Amino acid sequence: MKSRHKKLALIVVVLAGLGIAAALVLNAFQSNLVFFFSPTQVANGEAPIERAFRIGGLVEEGSIQRQSDGLSVHFVVTDTARTIPVIYTGILPDLFKEGKGVVAEGRLGGDGVFTATQVLAKHDENYMPPEAAHAVEQAQKAQQTVVE
Amino acid sequence: MKRWVPLVAFLILVGFFAKGLFLNPREVPSPLIDRPAPAFELPLVGNDAASFSPADMRGKVWLLNVWAPWCVSCRQEHPVLMQIAQSGRVSIVGLNWKDRDREAAMLLARSGSPYLAVAEDLDGRVGIDYGVTGTPETYVIDREGFVRMKHIGPISPDVWKQKFEPKLKELGA
Amino acid sequence: MIPELGHFALILALLLALVQSVLPLVGAQRGNRTLMAVARPATQGQFVFVALAFGCLAWSFLANDFSVLNVARNSYSRLPEVYRLTATWGSHEGSLLMWVLILGFWSSAVAIFSRHLPEDMVARVLGIMGLISVGFLAFLLTTSNPFERLVPAAPDGNDLNPLLQDWGMILHPPMLYMGYVGFAVAFAFAIAALLSGKLDAAWARWSRPWTTVAWAFLTLGIVLGSWWAYRELGWGGWWFWDPTENASFMPWIAGTALIHSLAVTEKRGAFKAWTVLLALTAFSLSLLGTFLVRSGVLSSVHAFATDPARGAFILGFLAVVIGGSLVLYAWRAPKMITGGGFSWFSRESLLLANNVILIAALGAVLLGTLYPLFMDAMGLGKISVGPPYFNAVFVPLMAPALFLMGVGPLVRWKEGSLPDAWTRLKWALGVAVVAAVLLPLTLDGFKPWASLGFFLAVWITLAVAVAFRDRLRHGGGSVAHRLGTLPRGFWGMQLAHFGMAVGIAGIAVVANYESERDVRMDVGSYAELAGYTFTFHGASEREGPNYRAARGTLEVTRNGKHVATLHPEKRLYNASGMAMTEAAVHPNLFRDIYVAMGEQLDEQGAWSVRLFHKPFINWLWLGAVFMVVGGFLAASDRRYRIALRRSELPRGLAAQGAGA
Repeated sequence: MKSRHKKLALIVVVLAGLGIAAALVLNAFQSNLVFFFSPTQVANGEAPIERAFRIGGLVEEGSIQRQSDGLSVHFVVTDTARTIPVIYTGILPDLFKEGKGVVAEGRLGGDGVFTATQVLAKHDENYMPPEAAHAVEQAQKAQQTVVE
Repeated sequence: MKRWVPLVAFLILVGFFAKGLFLNPREVPSPLIDRPAPAFELPLVGNDAASFSPADMRGKVWLLNVWAPWCVSCRQEHPVLMQIAQSGRVSIVGLNWKDRDREAAMLLARSGSPYLAVAEDLDGRVGIDYGVTGTPETYVIDREGFVRMKHIGPISPDVWKQKFEPKLKELGA
Repeated sequence: MIPELGHFALILALLLALVQSVLPLVGAQRGNRTLMAVARPATQGQFVFVALAFGCLAWSFLANDFSVLNVARNSYSRLPEVYRLTATWGSHEGSLLMWVLILGFWSSAVAIFSRHLPEDMVARVLGIMGLISVGFLAFLLTTSNPFERLVPAAPDGNDLNPLLQDWGMILHPPMLYMGYVGFAVAFAFAIAALLSGKLDAAWARWSRPWTTVAWAFLTLGIVLGSWWAYRELGWGGWWFWDPTENASFMPWIAGTALIHSLAVTEKRGAFKAWTVLLALTAFSLSLLGTFLVRSGVLSSVHAFATDPARGAFILGFLAVVIGGSLVLYAWRAPKMITGGGFSWFSRESLLLANNVILIAALGAVLLGTLYPLFMDAMGLGKISVGPPYFNAVFVPLMAPALFLMGVGPLVRWKEGSLPDAWTRLKWALGVAVVAAVLLPLTLDGFKPWASLGFFLAVWITLAVAVAFRDRLRHGGGSVAHRLGTLPRGFWGMQLAHFGMAVGIAGIAVVANYESERDVRMDVGSYAELAGYTFTFHGASEREGPNYRAARGTLEVTRNGKHVATLHPEKRLYNASGMAMTEAAVHPNLFRDIYVAMGEQLDEQGAWSVRLFHKPFINWLWLGAVFMVVGGFLAASDRRYRIALRRSELPRGLAAQGAGA
């Protein structure tokens, strides 16, 4: 093959490869990005109903209730301004505790209850998940604007 | 010109990293700054009968230092706080945060207390009002009871000189 | 006293690293032999002092010296001795010190095994590695001093994070760093070649075994991390596409592309500029990984481990090292003349396709990892990019590369023949297609992704078999004798490819056919999963050295026959107050039975328990072990030792001798 043809073929192959990669990335991005909302945003109706998303905040003190089957748990996530009830079925992470930061991923039902498919509490004593910290901080800012 | 492509791509990346680096959520200024310090009434460590409330400090510039006996960074700042207390520069009130094992009184008896008083926030509720995300954290509160500054992490002599001193001067303490 | 000695040793190491970098680099530029000769002794000296500092830190941990801040934060008087030792690299400061130690180790290794290299090359390579040492030592001393004192001393420590109290985590960081830092050697060789302007294929030959060894270590490190996460996190997952995992995976992808591209550059003199760029990329991504994990930019993270000063330092260092090397590349690249044409179907073209795919996959992972950061930096909200994105992009991208893996090694350099490849591989292709259809049916129903996995695994395995058959067809003596005469490079490559096939088979099965149940278990009750019956005999209290545990007892039976008795634990660590799930696993070659305790549900001793059946999971680790062994075998090939000697001949002769 002549070197010019070869170069052309090479470029075509490389571009085709990158094109496929880009298409895959865009496609996957569209359906798989998980957005994050704070309880205040959820209460204001900013969160989508059909899509899965993440919420973050603190587990409200005294809100954890085990259901009789032993595996379903109800708890309330708060950003100190608004709260959102959450249902989760399964085993909670080791560091899930009342008064601690938590991030949950799942869907919002029509009744305003968030059904979590995953609960994350990957932190140690001194650490709060950044998303949870963010939610609490935003809520406090907002509260003070209201007070004014 | 394609030989420059990797460099340009990298520089764009560095730009984002630089931005991301200073985007640390922990460094966002506290929403409490220039707002009234949230009120509370908590029992004192070692004396459940007595209590402390920020209102008691009206008319004074003071520091609210959130700490816990289980926190190693707090031990690190302890000698600095001791020096500040001994110099009489400013009063420090401790907020003993989530001390499950009730070790604070013992620890203070052993290593000395820089605090005017230590309020006991066992369940961490006051901590939530103040937006505490970890220990130690220190708030500067002025004569009118407004939060004027928040510092996250231990106070080192450098931090004291560069961050606290100018603020205290400004507030007239 | 000992910690101060360590601190002092670090300062001396920094001074020696400065000597090691400045003098030889100047010497090489000016042709001054005396200055160039400084490189080796300075390198060895620097290594000795860093090792001394590391020893001092380890001593402080073993001796429970809680007047050292680092020890007070990460150790505990009742921590078992072996974990006290490994806590040395459990912290930010300690792990960076280990980074520098390993860099010193690699530099010394280069100093020792480079006797056949031209003096100016050695001086440049060691000088550049010295510059990297300078950066990291300065970082340690200015922002992360591991020997900082705590006054007054803490009465006891905070304990090592319980998650790190495990064998997988003991070995994971050193192996990972051996890989990361090993790419510094390839990086230094590439920069030295750019600096000297001698961009022939010689540097590719010299850096090839180093790169392969670094790649093997990195593979081992990543797999150990995955194995640790699998057993220790109690979730039964082995890969989460978590930013810290991606930070180690991206250099691995670049390194994999690099070892293949180096093969082309060494044997055919082609792809020179590309190979140089890959060598720069592999190490840049290692640095990037260190930056991402250590600065907390991505996970914005453990309280006070994040210090913007640290992040800013690493970012500045990153900008200088990577930016500088890319400027050098842009300046010198036009001088590189690509030699050796090749046809559209040849080993070169197939390796090129492999590289394009790997780099596209790398880009996809990089994008997914950094996208949340971009969004946040632009103020567009907080998002996370989860495993579904990575799976949806990575798997379809890699499939063609894995298919080509079967073809590539059977095609000639320069001018391959498609009909010939077809003749040799058509049976393999047929068998692989049949296997793809039939194998899923022997398991739990047909699943397209599992089918694709089986196809690729069988295809690669058969291609390896064909390669051996072709090699053994000629020559005299018994088959065993002929096998013995095959070069180690060939063995290594085939073994690594076979390991990939084994790993793919493992992933295909475990990802598609695993089963899991969260159940409430009263004492004496049972649950069923994948044909196994789990009977819960209750939990009892147990005292560990630095924790208390509830220790469950579960009996596993299958068709009434006893299989195993498992003891998963829920631990509460005394010093940190952290709870930890210690899963119990009963492994064999075809499946793991994995049990983790949730929490106690009532006073009668009922617990929530998580049961897993993980078919073929161990094939994953086994495949990785083959890849690692293959890497070491390939790097130990005689050819490199001979090639080293030949490099002393005039360049033309050396190039001829290397063509094989």
